[in-house]
Amino acid sequence: MGKRIDVKDLNVFYGDFKAVEGVSMTVEPRSVTAFIGPSGCGKSTFLRTLNRMHEVIPGGHVQGKVMLDDEDLYAPGVDPVAVRRTVGMVFQRPNPFPTMSIRDNVIAGLRLNGVKNKKVLDQKVEESLQGANLWNEVKDRLNKPGAGLSGGQQQRLCIARAIAVEPQVLLMDEPCSALDPISTLAIEDLIGKLKEQYTIVIVTHNMQQAARVSDKTAFFNLEATGKPGNLIEMDDTQQIFNNPSKKATEDYISGRFG
Amino acid sequence: MSLDVKDIPASEAGDLGGIDHGKSGIRVLKNNIATVLIWAAFLIALIPLVWILWTVLSKGLSTILTVTWWQKDQSGVGAPGFDTNVRGARHAIIGTLEIAAATSVIAIPIAVMTAIYLVEYGRGKLARGVSFMVDILSGVPSIVAGLFIYAVWVTFFGWKLNAFCSSLALVLLMVPVVCRSTEEMLKLVPNELREASYALGVPKWKTIVKVVLPTSFSGIVTGSLLGFARVAGETAPLLILAQYTQFLNYNLFSGNMAALPTLINVNVPNMAGDQVSADRVWGAACTLILLVLVINLLGRLIGRLTRVKS
Amino acid sequence: MSSSTGASLSDELPDPDGRPPLRGDDANTGRAGDKVFGGLAIGSGIVVIAMVVLIAIFLLFQAIPAIGDDKVNFLTSREWNVSGRRFGILQMLWTTVVTSVVALIIAVPFAVAIALFLTHYAPRWLAGPAATVIDLLAAVPSIVYGLWGVIIVAPKSEGLQNWLSDVLGWFPLFAKVPSVGGGTTMFLVSIVLAIMVLPIVTALTREVFSQAPAAHQEAALALGATKWEMIRTAVLPFGKPGIISASMLGLGRALGETVAVLYILSALPDSSKWTWSLFNGGDTFAAKIANSASEFTGGTSTGAYIAAGLVLFILTFVVNAVARVVIERRKAFSE
Ligand SMILES: Nc1ncnc2c1ncn2[C@@H]1O[C@H](COP(=O)(O)OP(=O)(O)O)[C@@H](O)[C@H]1O
Ligand SMILES: [Mg+2]
Repeated sequence: MGKRIDVKDLNVFYGDFKAVEGVSMTVEPRSVTAFIGPSGCGKSTFLRTLNRMHEVIPGGHVQGKVMLDDEDLYAPGVDPVAVRRTVGMVFQRPNPFPTMSIRDNVIAGLRLNGVKNKKVLDQKVEESLQGANLWNEVKDRLNKPGAGLSGGQQQRLCIARAIAVEPQVLLMDEPCSALDPISTLAIEDLIGKLKEQYTIVIVTHNMQQAARVSDKTAFFNLEATGKPGNLIEMDDTQQIFNNPSKKATEDYISGRFG
Repeated sequence: MSLDVKDIPASEAGDLGGIDHGKSGIRVLKNNIATVLIWAAFLIALIPLVWILWTVLSKGLSTILTVTWWQKDQSGVGAPGFDTNVRGARHAIIGTLEIAAATSVIAIPIAVMTAIYLVEYGRGKLARGVSFMVDILSGVPSIVAGLFIYAVWVTFFGWKLNAFCSSLALVLLMVPVVCRSTEEMLKLVPNELREASYALGVPKWKTIVKVVLPTSFSGIVTGSLLGFARVAGETAPLLILAQYTQFLNYNLFSGNMAALPTLINVNVPNMAGDQVSADRVWGAACTLILLVLVINLLGRLIGRLTRVKS
Repeated sequence: MSSSTGASLSDELPDPDGRPPLRGDDANTGRAGDKVFGGLAIGSGIVVIAMVVLIAIFLLFQAIPAIGDDKVNFLTSREWNVSGRRFGILQMLWTTVVTSVVALIIAVPFAVAIALFLTHYAPRWLAGPAATVIDLLAAVPSIVYGLWGVIIVAPKSEGLQNWLSDVLGWFPLFAKVPSVGGGTTMFLVSIVLAIMVLPIVTALTREVFSQAPAAHQEAALALGATKWEMIRTAVLPFGKPGIISASMLGLGRALGETVAVLYILSALPDSSKWTWSLFNGGDTFAAKIANSASEFTGGTSTGAYIAAGLVLFILTFVVNAVARVVIERRKAFSE
């Protein structure tokens, strides 16, 4: 499980506005890659192109290539809906479905994709919640609303929901920025466990977090507001934090940015 | 709103600052006059509501509290002044409910789908056109809606009028009400829920049906009930399209069918000299207003109780 | 898709690997569903457009031959004699527009005051129920307004109306009209219409007032303004476009009101003299049409009423379109 992502010369647009320019990178299977960089440099935008979520924003479109192993995500005839089943996503703010119970939230993706078998679903509930380190906390209240959990639990519920559809890749856009430190730690632990099975890409504003959880780090920047964001460099996390090759990276990491 | 201006009593707000001594006198007086007038405006607006309810209840309640009112129709009525029997309004109550129900069955799907189009799909010229037309439709006078159905049904096709014609005219009035309230509700559904669903590989239509609609369901129910209440009390199109009968008829598509407004309208000309006709009129008015207000309040209650907390 | 054997996910998902293929066939990924559902949504939108267009077309095409058949000028004649082929809308136009405008003149100050009450003056516990109560005024069926107006209010208001026309009779709008008694005048109709449109005007005005920027209000108070001064400087100017468009919507509703007018307003005899007075009787478009359903005998006689309906439709269309334009302009401003 876990597929390799290969991006080549990717430009991302919102209508006429070019938000991200010329990104090429390779993400190894079953690794954690962190995206860092100042706000507005296009990290989220770029992340969303990896499962074509940018297309739900009016005017969002790309030029370039994104390969998942040997499949081109943007080849004609590829259905973005199928892409998103293969490349899952977790968002900044936990967003469990408010009308559904914890159990129904976990299996929402399966249900909505037509899986009806109760045995399969029950098994999947436990498996996914175990996978998201949440099972012990919620196993007694699976039929309670998901919105009743704490923020950190909600976020792990969202992760359980994402892995229940058995994706190959998991994209996380600042998954901890709305959480307290304890919940953040729980998610970081979870990421360490998930990378045994999934390819993980995480956007974070927290340098320590990037340093703690990721194998590779990519630094994005933009020259000025209104200009597109670029990938400045991408390397082993150790390398980026200890000995970056670009001055901009060093400035950003050491807080001398701007 | 973060500013609690409304919690500051007027006099205190007038003293804010306290430095400006020139404020006393005419400015404070003006402020107090404004406060009094604004309260008065609200209290005056209550007068007609209370007065109308009092009128209708005091004149009609005793009639509708009889069993026959709900069980019998008006078959066997005699000439005004000779008939001593109020009889019932069952035929008109059933007729009103059936006509409004048929209206809802047609109007709600159109309205909800149009709202879905406007919120989930609509971009560009077509969406603006649809939105504009919803506004225009909500301003179409009910008599014009009735006249239009008459022009199509009778003048153009040459068909015979039936109760369903009334429903068709009322559809034109109900669609914009339900559409606008559904639109408001759909807009309240946070985009993050849609994105969460898309990110699970759920197609757009299933996202709408299984995630967006359930989240806004109570609001849609509220809007539909308000729309139902509006058309149930609507009279004008029925004056053109509905053929009153004193007999109970369940069939929308054939024969004449009574409704509460037409029951009133038929008896109004005689009510001055004939207490029985007057009882029928006020009984029907009382039934109608209670029906409409109860459904209306029920709709608001559902909206308030089941609102999804975010 | 719904095999119930075994407990493995791979039975359930379309691909043997347990994962749907990227290059999905339409059914799996819901593309067909999306097409159908999206089509239904667009279709409904188009149905709504078609409704309005069809109303215009049908009324227009059935009105034109009748107007061509008319022996007097359709727009400038006061006569309404359908069987004699002599019909003009002037009297109805006057009655309709004047009652509605007067209704608005009465209703708007109340609506603004009540909207201020609901947003800025009512204690918090009262604001919600008070808004509901005002909204309930809109839920009362118009036939009930008509009954109440003609049976209860008209006789009670006759004295007041006579007094007004005694005192202000020198002004043409308030001149005495001896032939109309019992209080069933345009004046009373205007008051009842004012009550009926009050909730509509209030609702929209309230919405706009509640969006008035808190910062401006705080700033005004911090400068030592009284509450009323704050409202005059920071709330009312902000709400002005909202008040205008709310008034237009109310006007549209008043123009088309049928049964209440039909019940309250005395009909005028055919050869009655022209007067500017509000204490006159008459017919609005809507009331005339509703009252004459029995005269719809086909051909020109139906066409004449359809032509009257068309004029009413155009009138309300224009009024509502203007309201909409004003709102849109404000939105463009505040964005
Ligand atoms: N929905 C959108 N429509 C138009 N422009 C957008 C949208 N979302 C983001 N942008 C623009 O794209 C650029 C990158 O934004 P984003 O990807 O959110 O940055 P980051 O996640 O790195 O903070 C910014 O200039 C932002 O204004
Ligand atoms: Mg971001």
